Amino acid sequence: MLPREYRTISSLSGPLMMVEKTQDVRYDELVEISLANGEKRRGRVLEIETDRALVQVFEGTSGIDGEDTKVRFVGKVLTLPVARNMLGRVFNGRGEPIDGGAPLIAEQNLDINGMPMNPFSRDYPSEFIQTGISTIDGLNPMVRGQKLPIFSASGLPHNRMAAQIARQATVISGHEDFAVVFAAMGITFEEASFFMEDFRRTGALQRTVLYINLADDPAIERISTPRIALTAAEYLAFECNMHVVVILTDLTNYCEALREISAARKEVPGRRGYPGYLYTDLATMYERAGRLKGKSGSITQIPILTMPEDDKTHPIPDLTGYITEGQIILSRSLHRQGIYPPVDVMPSLSRLKDKGIGKDKTREDHADLMNQLFAAYARGKEAKELAVILGEGALSDEDKAFAKFSTEFEDKYVRQGEYENRTIKETLELGWNLLTMIPVKELKRIRDAYIDKYLKPLLDAKSKTE
Amino acid sequence: MPDKKEVKGVIERISGSLVVAGGMEGASMQDVVHIGELGLVGEILEVKGDKASIQVYEETSGLMPGEPVVSTGEPLSVELGPGIIEQFYDGIQRPLELIEKAANSHFISRGISVPALDRNKKWAFNPKVKVGDEVIAGDILGTVQETVVVEHRIMVPFGLKGKVTKIESGEHTIEDVIAVLDDNGKKYEIKMLQRWPVRKPRPVAQRLAPNVPMTTGQRVVDAFFPVALGGTACVPGPFGSGKTVIQHQFAKWAQAQIVVYVGCGERGNEMTDVLLEFPELDDPQSGQPLMKRTTLIANTSNMPVAAREASVYTAITLAEYYRDMGYSVALMADSTSRWAEALREMSGRLEEMPGEEGYPAYLGTRLASFYERAGRCIVNGKDQREGSITVIGAVSPPGGDLSEPVTQNTLRVTKVFWGLDANLAYQRHFPAINWLSSYSLYTERLDAYWNEKFDDQWSGLRIEAMSLLEQESQLNEIVRLVGIDALSRDERMVMETAKSLREDFLHQNAFHEIDTYASMEKQFKMLRTIVDFHHQGLEALRKGAPMNKLFNLPVREQIARMRYLEEKDINQIDALDEVIKEQINGIVPVGGETNAA
Ligand SMILES: Nc1ncnc2c1ncn2[C@@H]1O[C@H](COP(=O)(O)OP(=O)(O)O)[C@@H](O)[C@H]1O
Ligand SMILES: Nc1ncnc2c1ncn2[C@@H]1O[C@H](COP(=O)(O)OP(=O)(O)O)[C@@H](O)[C@H]1O
Ligand SMILES: [Mg+2]
Ligand SMILES: [Mg+2]
Repeated sequence: MLPREYRTISSLSGPLMMVEKTQDVRYDELVEISLANGEKRRGRVLEIETDRALVQVFEGTSGIDGEDTKVRFVGKVLTLPVARNMLGRVFNGRGEPIDGGAPLIAEQNLDINGMPMNPFSRDYPSEFIQTGISTIDGLNPMVRGQKLPIFSASGLPHNRMAAQIARQATVISGHEDFAVVFAAMGITFEEASFFMEDFRRTGALQRTVLYINLADDPAIERISTPRIALTAAEYLAFECNMHVVVILTDLTNYCEALREISAARKEVPGRRGYPGYLYTDLATMYERAGRLKGKSGSITQIPILTMPEDDKTHPIPDLTGYITEGQIILSRSLHRQGIYPPVDVMPSLSRLKDKGIGKDKTREDHADLMNQLFAAYARGKEAKELAVILGEGALSDEDKAFAKFSTEFEDKYVRQGEYENRTIKETLELGWNLLTMIPVKELKRIRDAYIDKYLKPLLDAKSKTE
Repeated sequence: MPDKKEVKGVIERISGSLVVAGGMEGASMQDVVHIGELGLVGEILEVKGDKASIQVYEETSGLMPGEPVVSTGEPLSVELGPGIIEQFYDGIQRPLELIEKAANSHFISRGISVPALDRNKKWAFNPKVKVGDEVIAGDILGTVQETVVVEHRIMVPFGLKGKVTKIESGEHTIEDVIAVLDDNGKKYEIKMLQRWPVRKPRPVAQRLAPNVPMTTGQRVVDAFFPVALGGTACVPGPFGSGKTVIQHQFAKWAQAQIVVYVGCGERGNEMTDVLLEFPELDDPQSGQPLMKRTTLIANTSNMPVAAREASVYTAITLAEYYRDMGYSVALMADSTSRWAEALREMSGRLEEMPGEEGYPAYLGTRLASFYERAGRCIVNGKDQREGSITVIGAVSPPGGDLSEPVTQNTLRVTKVFWGLDANLAYQRHFPAINWLSSYSLYTERLDAYWNEKFDDQWSGLRIEAMSLLEQESQLNEIVRLVGIDALSRDERMVMETAKSLREDFLHQNAFHEIDTYASMEKQFKMLRTIVDFHHQGLEALRKGAPMNKLFNLPVREQIARMRYLEEKDINQIDALDEVIKEQINGIVPVGGETNAA
């Protein structure tokens, strides 16, 4: 079918325009717009009736003129050309090269919306990824194919942490074909170049595909950026059999763009003005992480979002947490105390940890040790709060031990260097060493056998030196 | 069933999962339609003049005005017959395995049409009636061994009765005629394959009171906030508080004969988890893999929104079918909030008047009529069989705030509330069911049942334990203000026992091979021992025993480890009573008198 051209724009509103007298237009179809000054923009069909179409313009509608602007319906949905040699390249938020290199020769053209993975065809992620960060590996272990976001807030070092994860992540079984797909949505040039510089320095850039939509790029374009990145990731993971880590930052900017479109459509707003379908919209992206039966590749997602007002119940972190397989939450208070990485241990969670750890994966004692560290830290923090009100003297001897434990825990276990790459064994040993501060009978979450095997030798050594 | 009347129209408008078609005179609300060249499946929500508003159960991308819309003249229905158990369906009962085959892909493509039940498979049909018998609707014509544990009962469909003039036995497909009835000269051929519209509750003969427990092996539930066979329960909580794990625990350990699990708008991996794990886990009652009594329905969050709505109705209709056979069925829905959100989205696109938080005004009635399909009852048929459906719905309130419409409307109709608490989850106290705010309206009814079983001791124990937890929360206020030293010795004992109740009884690790399930006998023994220590401890304190010694007696370690005793060893718990006595005697001063601190 020949693409048709129209000059029948009847109304403009925010990122939306209405085109009249249309024929044979498809829902979700890609639209090309030529302005009188020769500028080209793109958009997609959001809604159609028999003889008109509502189009969302990625670059916004300012400058579009009702009479002189030409609208062409391309006849297919927005697709992304993909090829193995995307690796090492830099693209804009619409998937066009911006690194001065040659245009990509497509091996395939893929619909950026992807298709839902059949839950029957999934393979359950269970391969432990060692990030070298104790609060992740020891307490919130991550596995290949997981979607584990970082809930941060402005001013916290989420970028440094994400870069550290990307730099250090390995699997215990050894080196395999891996790639990083990085999508920036509305972040600053400085932030984007921090990542690029880090990838370049560590030599990871050759294995990275970058999609960059910066703060001053069109906001509406951000709606496509993560989908483009995930389409590239799916190709690398499931066609080229690579283990792909996808870093999406910052989802908050993405959601704001979505809110803008929803407002322009005059939809009934949900909480804080975000559309009621925000959950579904985010899910169609986050659920593109995973593993598939019979495929050796995987997609692991690390979305980053900044919580407005540090508020975890804000719709963006809230809905994200309902979809992703856990969350790593950063704490402003730890950050203020100068602790890096400032992981707020209690509310952080990895939902896929249970099948990724234990005998033959990390170590037999990992789960019990992890549960005990959580419980002990919780109790210690509570004791410390009590001591603030009533004074240290009001604490029982046990509570004093727990309070001391929690301080040491933050200082030795949570705190680590930005370039400190701890093995899982080092992380586990660190945990056991800290537990020597607590009376053994309080260690209810750990099997006796592990206490004998891992704790007793440490206690014996400690009593000898004392 | 309405007569099939094919109506053909064309697409006039497309907006997300809503399609409006013109030229649809004669189509009825709730009819299933096929849309576009691809033949996508949808359902008519509203008919105005010749325009039909349709919710489409597949992605609408690429559709075009002018494409055809064909109504099947039939409401959305499920196929009923052997082969449902062990299946893994999408929201409109398409087997996901067959979708994978038909699409030849790990991803779900559109317009795929696959049968819900296998047409070629032969089942050994075992007649239970003979030629000449008079039968009525609901009577069992014969049985098929569907899985090792499920005997599938083929029933006379609703609306039919008569004299059996022919009954087959032996190997048959579900489309073979296995019986012929003669109702005053009218002949009816009956097959194993039957159909039922999902939005219409299947009738029952008589409703019964929910006074038989459905145990779940989860101590905080069975002991404190139990659910009855045929009951309704909801489990609201913020993300990460344990809704899904507890639903999985119920699906594993609930004492029901059939389990229907519907993952509605939640994670794909959670369904994969069940799918991979259930064939490997044995049901403590039957000793057979859990999958042999389970059917799964998945419409995950990345699958089309409108089908979330259908998935819960598909699930409850399958549940009703097995209830009608005379089984106890447990239905878990995770999460009903996603279904409500799908309703909201369609309502918005239909430009209906929005109610609270954008939800349609009929949200409450929809939820209520769904939960109304639960119950314990005498089903249809001459033999007066009893069947039940217990419904447990997860609710996902935004920001964990229970004042939102879905939670509030659900609380209005469900009888058990397990309130999950983010703070308990942060402390890794699981299940994070808040023992102070949760409730069950079945507790008192079920006490009678357990008192009979446990020598009239059950309700006393339960009430005392709950009251200790209640006292603890009050004493905690004092401790927070003035410190633990302000408490009397008796109060310290209360604090100590409450802590033991929390840590040694309420806390239960779903991922520990033994702790994951506790029989009622085990729960009873554990509770009795903890309360027993409390009584003897109070007594000893009054006789002057030193508090520190009492709280650190070696037997307390044994009490803490009761949960890790295998079911075959739980009689060892009985012996603790003696050990407690002995050890306490060892610390009470000779001739000790009451001397409170
Ligand atoms: N009974 C339990 N025992 C052990 N861990 C649990 C239990 N319940 C929940 N958890 C932990 O909490 C996490 C979140 O639980 P989940 O049921 O997925 O929460 P929700 O569905 O409410 O978001 C799980 O991944 C698991 O680590
Ligand atoms: N979700 C809750 N429901 C009821 N009571 C609670 C809850 N959370 C805390 N409490 C009360 O607060 C006290 C402190 O809880 P917790 O930190 O678990 O105690 P501990 O540190 O002594 O093990 C408990 O004893 C209990 O009474
Ligand atoms: Mg505490
Ligand atoms: Mg869940």
